[in-house]
Formats: sequence, C-alpha cells, structure tokens
Amino acid sequence: MTVAAPNRYLASLLAGQPQLPASLLAWFNDLRSHAVDRVGALSVPTTRDEEWRFTDISPLTGIPFHPVRGGSKPDIAQLAEFILTGAGAGLVFVDGEYAPLLSFNNTGITVTSLASGLASHGTVIEPHLGRHAEFQSNAFAALNTAFLHDGAIVIAPRNVAVSAPLHVLHVATQKGAASYPRCLVIAEPGSVVTVVEEFVALQNDVYFTDAVTEIVLADGARVHHVRVQRESGQAFHVSNCAISLGRASHYQSVSVALGARISRCNLNVVQTAEGVECAIDGLALVAEQQLADTHTCIDHAQPHGVSRQLHKCIVDGAARAVFNGKILVRQGAQRTDSSQSSRNLLLTSKARVDTKPQLEIFADDVKCAHGATVGQLDSEEVFYLMSRGFPEAAARNLLTYAFGAEVISRIPVASLRHKLEQRVLAQTNSQSVSK
Amino acid sequence: MIFQDSKTLLEVHGLCATVNGIEILKGMELTVRYGEVHAIMGPNGSGKSTFSKVLAGHPSYQVTDGTVLFGGQNLLDLAPDARARAGVFLGFQYPIEIPGVANSQFLRLAYNTMQAQHGKDELDPLEFDDFVREKMKLLEMNPDFLDRSVNEGFSGGEKKRNEILQMALLAPRLAILDETDSGLDIDALRVVAGGVNQLANKDNAIILVTHYQRLLNYIKPDYVHVMESGRIIKTGGKDLAVELETRGYDWVSAENKAGAVVPA
Repeated sequence: MTVAAPNRYLASLLAGQPQLPASLLAWFNDLRSHAVDRVGALSVPTTRDEEWRFTDISPLTGIPFHPVRGGSKPDIAQLAEFILTGAGAGLVFVDGEYAPLLSFNNTGITVTSLASGLASHGTVIEPHLGRHAEFQSNAFAALNTAFLHDGAIVIAPRNVAVSAPLHVLHVATQKGAASYPRCLVIAEPGSVVTVVEEFVALQNDVYFTDAVTEIVLADGARVHHVRVQRESGQAFHVSNCAISLGRASHYQSVSVALGARISRCNLNVVQTAEGVECAIDGLALVAEQQLADTHTCIDHAQPHGVSRQLHKCIVDGAARAVFNGKILVRQGAQRTDSSQSSRNLLLTSKARVDTKPQLEIFADDVKCAHGATVGQLDSEEVFYLMSRGFPEAAARNLLTYAFGAEVISRIPVASLRHKLEQRVLAQTNSQSVSK
Repeated sequence: MIFQDSKTLLEVHGLCATVNGIEILKGMELTVRYGEVHAIMGPNGSGKSTFSKVLAGHPSYQVTDGTVLFGGQNLLDLAPDARARAGVFLGFQYPIEIPGVANSQFLRLAYNTMQAQHGKDELDPLEFDDFVREKMKLLEMNPDFLDRSVNEGFSGGEKKRNEILQMALLAPRLAILDETDSGLDIDALRVVAGGVNQLANKDNAIILVTHYQRLLNYIKPDYVHVMESGRIIKTGGKDLAVELETRGYDWVSAENKAGAVVPA
C-alpha cells in the first residue's frame, strides 16, 4: 500500500472519531491517537497496489458513510434467527456497539466487552490489543483502531478448556453507517476455546463494516475460530484478522463468506514458536455482482511448523472471487510442513476467479505442497446423479452444495454447521432458479 | 430366467452411436424380455461399455441411427434422469465419488425421487435409515458407509456394493451392470453376485456387460452375446461363455468373418 498525502475520504470517515471518550488508561489513548495519525498518513488502496490488484474498492469511496448514530436497538425477537444454539456465551454488537441486554456468558471465563475487560484485565490486554493487527501501513486496520472504544474480549485462563462455543454476533441495522467491530481473544497456555464471529444484517442496506480481530495463542493453547460473513448484499465488508501462535499451539479456522457487495478478508497467521499446527479453511459463495476477496498469509517463522489450507470459491452470475494465499517459510524454519489447496467452481461464463498461491521459502529442509484448480461442475458427476433419477437442475444444485459442504463440514460447531448447510443449499437452489 | 410368454422389455434395432465423431456402435440388435439375464461379452474396444452408456443416455455419445424401445416407449427421447425414473439403471464400471454429499442423503434423495415418480410416499431420514440398513444386509455392507461421502475413499469392492445397493433401492425394470466384476476380489464378487441374484425376478431384466466369464459362474445368464466392432456377432446360451473362457474371442471373430450365420 502506498503512503500518500492525507486522504479526504478517510478523513471524512474519521470525522466522528474525536467524540470518543478518553480512557483512563494512557496506553489505550496512545494506541488510538497513533492510529488516528496513521489514518491521516494513509490512503484507500487502489488496484495499483499489488495487494489490491484484483479488488477495486473504489465504490466504497463514493459513499459518505457516517459513524453509527444512537437509535433503537433490535430486541431479542428480531435476532432469534441469529442465535447460536448451544453457545456458552453470546456477545451481541449492534452496528459495532456492545448490547449488554442481548448478551450473556455462562462459561466462567472472561467473555465481555472491551470496556469491562479493560477495567478488570487491563494488564493482560495491554500487550496484545492493537499489537498483532498491523496498522502502520494498513488503512482499514488503522481506521478500526482509531475508532477503538468497543469490542469483544475473550480471555481463556491457563489450562481451562471451554467446550461450548463463544458467539460474537455483529448485527448491522443502520443504513449508511460505518461500524468498526473489534475482537481480541487471549488463549493462555494450555487453554482450549472455540470462538464464532458472525456478521449479519437486519435489512438489505448499504453500510460499511471495518473489522479487526486479534487472536493470541500461548504455548499449548488450542483455538477453533469460525468466521461467518453474511452481511447484506449491498454492504462493504473489510476485515483484518491477525493470529499469533505460541509454542505447540493449535489453531483451526474456517471462514465462510456469503454476503456483501464487496468483501475483503485478510487473515495473517504467524507461527512465533516451534511445533505449531494450524488449519485454515475458507469458502466464498457469491453471485450476481458480488466480489469476495480473501488474502491469507501463513508465516512459518520457526521450525517444525505444520499448516494446512483449503480455500474454495463458488462463483455464480457475474460475481468475482479473489484468493491470494501466501505461505512464508523463513530462514531457519526447518522441517516446516505446509500444504495449500485452492479450488474454484465457476457456474456461469461471466463468473470469474483470480487465485494466486504465493510461496516464499527461505529454508531448505521443508515440505510445501500447493495447488489451484478452476473449473465447472464435472459432467460425469452430473450424469451419475441423473442416471439415478435426479433432474439436471437438482443434480447441479447438489453438486454445488457438496463442493461448499466440504469446507462447512470442518466447522466444529454442529448447530452452526447445520444452519450453514441449509443456507448454502437454499442459496445454490435459488441461484439456479434465477438463471 | 426365461419365462414363457414373457413380454418384451427392451428392443434395440440398428443402433449406431458415435463419440467425438468416431462411430463405436454399428448396428446393434438386441431384444430383452422380462425375467431374462443377458451377458454381453467381447474384447476391449468392441463397444460393450458404449452400448451401456448409450442406453443410460450419457451425453458424450451421439446416437446416429436406430431405435431403442423400452416397455414400448422410445427411450432415446428421454433425458438420462427420465430414463432412470422410467426404470433403467446403469451400474457404473467406475462409480463416481462425490465428496461432500453423505451417502445416506444421496441414497434417500434418489429413492424418494423414484417414490415420487410412482406416486408413493417419500421416506424421511429416520424411516429411510431403517429401510436402507435392511437392504445393506443383502450386500454385507457396513452401515458406516451411510455416513461417508458418496463413494469417497471406498475400495473397488465397496463401490460396486454401493452400486448394487442403489439397484436394490431403485428397483429398476432394467439393470445394466457395466463390468461390475472388475476390481473385485473373489469374496466381494460372491457377495455382489449374490445381491444381483436376489434382485432378479420375473418383473425385471438384467444386462451384464463383462469382459471375463468369471462373473457368469455366479450369475447364470440366459443368453450370452459376443460383441465385436460395435455389434453382436454371436449369441448363445451360458455354455458359450465357458467356451469363450477357454478359447478366447478370436475364433468367434474368425467364424464371423468366414460368413457364419450371424444370429438375428
């Protein structure tokens, strides 16, 4: 990303920022004002930036999004369809603002808002908040950090395992609003936790979500991380996830992108110590004029690290999907074992996918496999189903669904898996009808 | 089994078909009556597999001439799914793997499609589970195969059992089993053949497409046909298969070229 003169559009988004109340914590105020400075120095990326080559985010800058205005909050009945069955805790954020009356926590560990987390665990949070999601050169992470005042805090204490998933639900309700969801998960040594972040909307409005998630795994911690992006079909969604993995930790993530007119998800995973394992899977299912862009980077900075990645895109209509999967194996990260697979299904002649595996290997004793495929539904598979009596449309829908279901099946939360399977089945059915 | 006064189920006349512009079938003639088991044998490249795929309606094959009547209906007018619903079943030589679709879901959807076709009640997942487990016993299949993706990671024998399980569920009038014996060890062959024998009755018919006589030790055909160059050049009873096993195919070909009588 190029550093340019102060950007008028970013400045307009920042306009609401000075009204944020100062914190009692000096480091927190410093963090935020540093981010404000960076926003002032950065600009909205363009397709001339290598990292944004395939994703033209400029339609965003044509819309003067405003900060969230106080308004009526949805009641629990309006959110019923978004409730995650079996969750041990649920934090609800409405247009980025914490809604305590809609939230609960039955787990016994810290699952709370940023404000109350800072009050009770300020010294635990300080070394991590804003330290992993780099905002020196990333305008959207800087913007989010400049607006830092609310968010989700999860702290899993040493050797505590929580089996019920923790649900962090972001609900968009305001047309024209920009919101800045924030999430920090600190998994202390030997802890086990499952975090589900979900982005939904009540209506099919135009709005802008600029989210940042930071997850830190200490030695031997295990985190399952699920992100479901089903924003409104008109929305813009940009998110930056930064994951820091300690010695012998296990990180498993599944990201599903279904919504938004334009979405961009950056997922940066750093293996900071030896013996780390991570599995990073993703599914983007887009149609009509949607664009879904996923950029991942797995940084093997230390020896004996394992990474597995499966990313799938199903592209219908005139939609586009972008995948850039960088695997960095640093000098000294010997015995790294990495595999990456990008598989893409194009359902129409106008659908498009740009996929780019990017391996940068500076160690000599490593195993790195990668592959990318782009194709249509297999005609032999379609024939096989038809030979069993399935009408052609039903056969195609089932195969499209199956293509995506492989990723969804890796979500470790049964109720969410079931919900998404139904959603993908419905979406693939409606797409074939619309053709 | 040959039944007296049995009705004709399938009538193939002068069937010619091409793939990628190359003619593979060159005037196939075949009549199958209810209750009968026909074996179609022949060397590689004789057109056996093409014939079975053309009957099932595989889109890669173009029919250029001839007629196929199935229960008096013009089969060639029907799309592959309509042929299946009319009662044609193709057991694949290489069953397709479908990752992401649970076998139980696939089998139930296929079964319910057929039930709907016959105006019968569809089964919900629980009802179907009981039903399919009974059918699986016939093929000595482990119920674990219901939870796995369709054919994914199945051994050759498991795939073929899964094919015959589908035949048992869909209860076709005509089952065309394409090289069902290939890739089977002797135990799997016995089980698969046993399943087919139990499913054969006077209200259906079976066409076995096979290169080797081995399968015919377990499933006794009423007729054995030898194919060469896209048509049937000799027809006999089950003894013909034994003779082919000992003498190979060359003598049939030679006899045919020498102007021996081609069976009608």
